[in-house]
Amino acid sequence: MPTPLHIVVCGGIVPDPLQTLEPAAPNAAFPAQPSLKNEMMLPAVLDPWAAHALFEAAHLSAQVPGSKVWLVSLGPKAKLQQVMMTIAQKAPFELVAIDGPASGFTDAFAAAAALAATIEQIPGLDRGRLLLFGGWESASRGAGSTLQMVGERLGITEQFQGVDRIAARAEGAGFEIMERIEGGRHQVSLLSSPPAVLGWATGYLPEPRNNPQVGMANMRTIMPALQRAKAAAMNGAGPSFASVRLPAVERQTRIVKDMPPEEIAREIVAWMGEE
Amino acid sequence: MDSILVLAHTEADGTLGKPALEALSAAVALGGELTLGLVGCTVAQASLPALPSVRVLAVTGEPFANPRYATDAAAAEALCRASGASLILAPGTSRWARVLPGVAYRLGGRADTHATGLALHDGAPAITRWFYRQRIEAVLTRAERPWIVLPDAGCFAPWTGATGAAHIESVPVDPPSTRTTWERIEAPAADRQTIRPDAKLLFVAGAGWTKKQADGAVHAADAAALIHNFLERSQASLGGSKSLVDLSGEGEAVLPFMTHMNQIGQTGATPRHPKGLSTCCHGEEPHVVGWRFIAQRRAVNLDPNCGWARGKADVLYIADAFAVLRELNRLLA
Repeated sequence: MPTPLHIVVCGGIVPDPLQTLEPAAPNAAFPAQPSLKNEMMLPAVLDPWAAHALFEAAHLSAQVPGSKVWLVSLGPKAKLQQVMMTIAQKAPFELVAIDGPASGFTDAFAAAAALAATIEQIPGLDRGRLLLFGGWESASRGAGSTLQMVGERLGITEQFQGVDRIAARAEGAGFEIMERIEGGRHQVSLLSSPPAVLGWATGYLPEPRNNPQVGMANMRTIMPALQRAKAAAMNGAGPSFASVRLPAVERQTRIVKDMPPEEIAREIVAWMGEE
Repeated sequence: MDSILVLAHTEADGTLGKPALEALSAAVALGGELTLGLVGCTVAQASLPALPSVRVLAVTGEPFANPRYATDAAAAEALCRASGASLILAPGTSRWARVLPGVAYRLGGRADTHATGLALHDGAPAITRWFYRQRIEAVLTRAERPWIVLPDAGCFAPWTGATGAAHIESVPVDPPSTRTTWERIEAPAADRQTIRPDAKLLFVAGAGWTKKQADGAVHAADAAALIHNFLERSQASLGGSKSLVDLSGEGEAVLPFMTHMNQIGQTGATPRHPKGLSTCCHGEEPHVVGWRFIAQRRAVNLDPNCGWARGKADVLYIADAFAVLRELNRLLA
């Protein structure tokens, strides 16, 4: 029987992708970094790649009896509570909340320090059986840095990024891990045993359906976790922003109506051939 | 002025890949004392840039042949320390992106990935990078050193000078013990390989291909054949909107060659191609996030009021994509 796993998923929150974002001047809480206009008013979701990591963690945990999943999330408490109402119905986990900024402009170094310090203090966590999951990049900072640095801080030097699949080999012979590389290909490696860091891409699992029973079980631990959430000290040194702006978005679109398909095709082929 | 290390991994034949040469040209343009640090099984000395004033350091050997965090991090750390550089430029390949932020932590420095620009700002290096999935662009500098910067591929012209390095200094590194064994590379079968990073055209398929057409029926098989033929004939790279990719992932018979690897946009890629042609896309993701780095953009769409194509595409054809693609395939045959 395989050894039960302790899976810690690091997952931040980000503005709902359908929201229009606009940079704004630094706010009083974090004067060294830009912010988003109406940041606290924007509806939030669990970071998409981190959500995939959570679903994969739940799937793997279900395959290995006795395993447990924690979700460690750094963000403003009120926002975390809002997001947890939705995500709690997707997969069983125990929330470990950290009260702090979820901004993409905060430094990955500081975020990693806060996450690692919190993970070290999770009661009952066996770091010899630890798989540290997360998204390979966030939808906010998009750097792919935080998880690596959390791993380094926890002394984990088996790391994988852009993971699309983990499969346990028979008779406890480790895990086969597929990572995305260039050109639509995957690199396949064998991990003999935990601990390890896995930054997930989209994987192959569909998003789980809402399960109210799972949601109710999760909520029993979510509210106390939010009440216990410690504030993270994140206002240290970081990048200096010389400019932050929205790109020029408008193009003068030529709208072509009533042109026969063959003529459109000819125009497109000619355009494709232009240097 | 910062001393600069260009940190690159060699290809299987010991030469430098295009992303490494791009990082080198960015470093040369910035100026300052330059060191070239190389990791790989071997280094093809004759293929290295002939830059007489550049010191060349290398960590080589079988343990460093294939990408693996523990060995790559140890090699990169050793080269950074041996060079003493305060600014480290490394190509943003999957191999380095997997490792170098962790190395920055070991060095007590910082790392920034996905840099799309690099220039001096008030005499100090400053990078341009995007936040919130290509929605907000920022220029930033850092006081902390060493600072590891990974430029995205395609953002700088590759270095094109003479080759033939004078001398390579070997940096000894004991391969760390690791529980990871590199096994193999898996690539789709040739007729299913639809991601072509060097293609001149990105062809984006949206969920409209799977909707009922004018005759009231769904023509998914026709759509798959038309798109597959177009990709073969044009050698374009295939991108998909999230909604279409999700349909494929849920086991519906849509496009058999479409996977999450093709997805562009919020949870997908933001590829760089000179031209992009979107078809049957109706959302923000393919037209804004996925198209951020596409220079010339055209769209085929049945909705003349599509708010996302208008203002984002250079040309919007109001037409049936099935009919247009059929004609395109005929012309390209």
